Amino acid sequence: MIDMTPNLTLVVAIGVLFAAGVYLLLERSLSRVLIGVILLGNGANLLFLVAGGRAGRPPIVGTAAEGQMSDPLPQAMVLTAIVITLGMTAFLLAMAYRSWQLQRHDEVQDDVEDRRIARLAAIDERAVTDADTEATAQSLDEEAEEARDETDEGAVPGQEPRREQGVTP
Amino acid sequence: MRPDRTELARVLLLLVVHLAAALAAPTLVRLWGRKAFWALALAPASAAVWTLSWTSQVRAGKGPVESVEWVGQLGLELTFRLDTLSWLMTLVVGGVGALVLVYCAAYFSASAQGLGRFGGMFLAFAGAMLGLVTSDDMILLFIFWELTTVTSYLLIGHYSDRKASRRAAMQAIVITTAGGLAMLVGVVLLGETAGTYRLSEVIADPPGGTVATAAIACLLAGAATKSALIPFHFWLPAAMAAPTPVSAYLHAAAMVKAGVYLVARFAPAYSHHTLWRWTIVVLGCGTLLLGGYRALRQHDLKLVLAFGTVSQLGLITLLVGLGTQATALAGLAMLGAHAMFKATLFLVVGVVDAATGTRDLRRLSGVGRELKLTALAGALGTASMIGLPPFAGYVAKEAGLEAIEHLEDHTVGLVVLVSVAVGSALTVAYGLRLWWGAFATKRAVIPESALAAAAAATQADGARGPGATSRVATQPDAEPAAVSHPSLLLVWPAMVLALLGLVAALLPHLGEHLLQPYAATLPAGEPGHLALWAGFTPTFVLTLVILGSGAALFAVRERVEVLQSRLTYRGPDADHLYRRSMRRLDDVAADVTATTQRGSLPLYLGIVLVVFVVGVGASLLAGGRWPQAVRAWDHPGQVLFAAAAVVSAVLVARARRRLKAVILLGIGGYAVAGLFLLQGAPDLALTQVLTETVTLVVFVLVLRRIPPYFSDRPLAASRWLRLALGLAVGLTVAGVALVAPWARVHAPVTEHFADEAVSWGGGKNIVNVTLVDIRAWDTMGEISVLLVAATGVASLVFLSRRTGQIFRAKEAINEHKVWAGTDPMAALRRGTDQARVDAPATNRVWLSAVATLAPQRRSVIFEVVVRLLFHTMVVYSVFLLFSGHNAPGGGFAAGLVTGIALIVRYLAGGRYELGEAAPVQPGLLLGTGLFLSAGVGLVGLVVGGSVLRSWIIDFHVPVIGHVHLVTSLFFDIGVYLVVVGLVLDILRSLGAELDRRAETGEDPAFAEGTDLLSEAGERR
Repeated sequence: MIDMTPNLTLVVAIGVLFAAGVYLLLERSLSRVLIGVILLGNGANLLFLVAGGRAGRPPIVGTAAEGQMSDPLPQAMVLTAIVITLGMTAFLLAMAYRSWQLQRHDEVQDDVEDRRIARLAAIDERAVTDADTEATAQSLDEEAEEARDETDEGAVPGQEPRREQGVTP
Repeated sequence: MRPDRTELARVLLLLVVHLAAALAAPTLVRLWGRKAFWALALAPASAAVWTLSWTSQVRAGKGPVESVEWVGQLGLELTFRLDTLSWLMTLVVGGVGALVLVYCAAYFSASAQGLGRFGGMFLAFAGAMLGLVTSDDMILLFIFWELTTVTSYLLIGHYSDRKASRRAAMQAIVITTAGGLAMLVGVVLLGETAGTYRLSEVIADPPGGTVATAAIACLLAGAATKSALIPFHFWLPAAMAAPTPVSAYLHAAAMVKAGVYLVARFAPAYSHHTLWRWTIVVLGCGTLLLGGYRALRQHDLKLVLAFGTVSQLGLITLLVGLGTQATALAGLAMLGAHAMFKATLFLVVGVVDAATGTRDLRRLSGVGRELKLTALAGALGTASMIGLPPFAGYVAKEAGLEAIEHLEDHTVGLVVLVSVAVGSALTVAYGLRLWWGAFATKRAVIPESALAAAAAATQADGARGPGATSRVATQPDAEPAAVSHPSLLLVWPAMVLALLGLVAALLPHLGEHLLQPYAATLPAGEPGHLALWAGFTPTFVLTLVILGSGAALFAVRERVEVLQSRLTYRGPDADHLYRRSMRRLDDVAADVTATTQRGSLPLYLGIVLVVFVVGVGASLLAGGRWPQAVRAWDHPGQVLFAAAAVVSAVLVARARRRLKAVILLGIGGYAVAGLFLLQGAPDLALTQVLTETVTLVVFVLVLRRIPPYFSDRPLAASRWLRLALGLAVGLTVAGVALVAPWARVHAPVTEHFADEAVSWGGGKNIVNVTLVDIRAWDTMGEISVLLVAATGVASLVFLSRRTGQIFRAKEAINEHKVWAGTDPMAALRRGTDQARVDAPATNRVWLSAVATLAPQRRSVIFEVVVRLLFHTMVVYSVFLLFSGHNAPGGGFAAGLVTGIALIVRYLAGGRYELGEAAPVQPGLLLGTGLFLSAGVGLVGLVVGGSVLRSWIIDFHVPVIGHVHLVTSLFFDIGVYLVVVGLVLDILRSLGAELDRRAETGEDPAFAEGTDLLSEAGERR
């Protein structure tokens, strides 16, 4: 089995990358958050490698004995993770740009709707108005009384067509 | 006997016919108008005919039973079974459904809105109902149950532009779904305890104990909500906002009977249970009396029927739930009789409504003289409802009273008997009042104007309370509503049902013969009988008393009405309680949201991270197996690269200038690439270096549009907090990094990857074979993510389009020079130089579109180098792509190299140069790439039976020599195209489009020297 003794140098690097990443992640500025995410990504990728065991020869058949190769599975996982991080970086940057375009800053603001709900709850006001539950004098069966179908007109000459009397909102 | 298997196909076939009819309904209605309902009626009619064809086998207990596996892993089966109970229900569902659909063909005006949708929903409902009453699997039963709920919601809310309809529909679906969920719990409890979800098996051997009690409570909750028993009865009258045919079908014959059906289904198993018995008695009697009482004081004919239905549902539930053979027989007879007479009466009320334009019985007078046939059908239906001999209602009620008198438990028997007697008397009273109200010629009616005024006043002045229109007085000289003559087609479905009620009553022995097999499944009591004349028994006397007192109640109706309005319960009724509780629910939800969702991203992330630190850290400290040995490094070079990564990370965290942070980030990234290389991962190192490069460019592209310094917020207070949390997370992860490798107990799964890669994947680079073959599914998911990210980037920039235009050099506008802006060097140039700079490049154009650049932005060296490098890079990327299977490289790396080549072209020559270099839309590349990768997988599935399987083909080509082709190469080409598409999308949107906007002035850049910058500078 592969030698699993942890490599202290990498462990330290991982710890620092995570610490710096989290520090930036908790910022408000979207570009700083993004930089934090990238640092975290680098740390996580290293963590993968450490979990795969000691360093070794490249996992290419024929270039080294099998026992000397490094574990290829974490590498395959990390490889796609790297490229996905690129995709996400671009996406978050586009968001930062859009935020700048709209608000002239790239800060992650508190969710307006959440704040509104919290404010209304603090003063005990209703945050939602729901037509289905609002209190009305009429009960629903009394309202149903006034519902009319669009029926056939019947056959009495000289009678004016009936008006649709549906309850309108 | 015919083989079962073919017959099962017919149950499924019937369901498919309903579904197909439902889907075809909108088209048919568009083609044939309302006549299409004739064709639609064939679907439920076929169900009824099919059921009738099985009558003798069902009677003999040999109905069709069959099941088809549906979702094997979950043990779900499509199991159907036709026994006596299902037979009766199917007949009701199919027969009444067909008649009501025929009625629809004449009822709605030809120009009515949404008839196609209506027809489709109606058929879908009929199909769901058919499935509900024939399924023998409890889960399947639940699915059909919920389908009826959803379709009935859409049918009640047919007039979706009316608030009343929407609210009634919402109320109905909330209540019935809540009950349905309770029922699901009951079903799961029963199924898990019994070890089978087969309905017939569970009932044959029902589980007992606490589980049974809980299951009974849940099942009865489902039945009570569906069948509108108290305290959930109020949705049914409100549902009268639905079109009348819907009321006739759903709220008389079909859906509300689903609850009754459930009770009848489980009665053989649980009717002896105390909880069951008391729930049935209390709910049944309460609903019976409340419904009858409320029906007596309605002025709207449909509401009279609605409350009457509530009352009758109480009675039927009571009869089928009491659990003796005699009550069960009477219950089924009542169920059939009720379906016939109540559907008749709803249809008749529909005719009156269509003929007069009102359903208010105080406005109607002399309708019976004008519409004689309708009045006759109404009279037949009413006679059956109030239990007048010789009608089906009489036979059923007589059998019911007889059966209740013979209940073993005398106390319960007496309570039930009195309730049923009083309820029946109320039924007689409101039944007579209904017919009188609809058809009789009255001395006095209320004028239309008074009614309209009162209704308007109610709407305007909510404080007057409910029932304002009920106080309008009748006037002897007022004109009743005018009566027109609707099509006779409206009358005969009602007449057919009414006459069936008469015929069924004249052949009571046939009914008894057909329904007896169900009654015989109940363990308790003597077999009951259905008879038209059973002699001068106490029951007959009781019937006479009921009829007499009911008629007396009707005779003094005006005084009863006055008394009722005086006794009216002033407190909140069920409907208002429901709405109040729904409002409370909204408020509680808002309060919970307010306390848990503060809307701050740092707070959320902080909480997640604290949980991580506490959870993982605690388990590390408590139970982590710390390694017995650590090694400082595998290779001394690691220390160097790690130090670079660490230092750059710390500096990035402290940087205030965006560009500085980004460049430091890049340095850290390259250092990590070095660590990858030393770890023995050349593929990773290559990819990391390439992505770092692209990332740097993307950052710079965006950074030109936003301020150079991070905005400075007063975050000093929280800075230490963030730092502490960062350190805590860093320490925890470092702990994980120490403990996790040491926790390995099994050999790595990759032990045999080397052999597999060569023999199955046909490649030597194990990492690449893993990506494109062994774990190709993962890669497929990951390139899908890339596609989404690329599309997201483009959407955020272009907003309303997927992509922008491709900037071609020949379309370039001459006056607009790319990247013009200010020219800081202009002052330094001599006048003679100026002319040369502005002169078009005549001699040698290294990059074709570079003439579109502003002269001061051009760099000859850059252009020449790019010209030399571009094709080399592309060729190199193709080499990486093809050699990746055996050496470091592959689709990801190759795509990134091509991407960088395009980036270089863009940086040297601007957006027109990019358009010349890659005149394709990125979406095309992304789509083709994903299609290619997925296509390879599909080909593998079709040819070899396994998704993403690859083949190795070796052949010899003259000149080139030996070719070793692995089909997974095409997968890798897909990956390559997706990556190129991603980079191109980034360049198109964050590069070219931003340039264009800056030049046209659509999007003013961050102006240097503004307050923000100087402030930041000062603070620094």
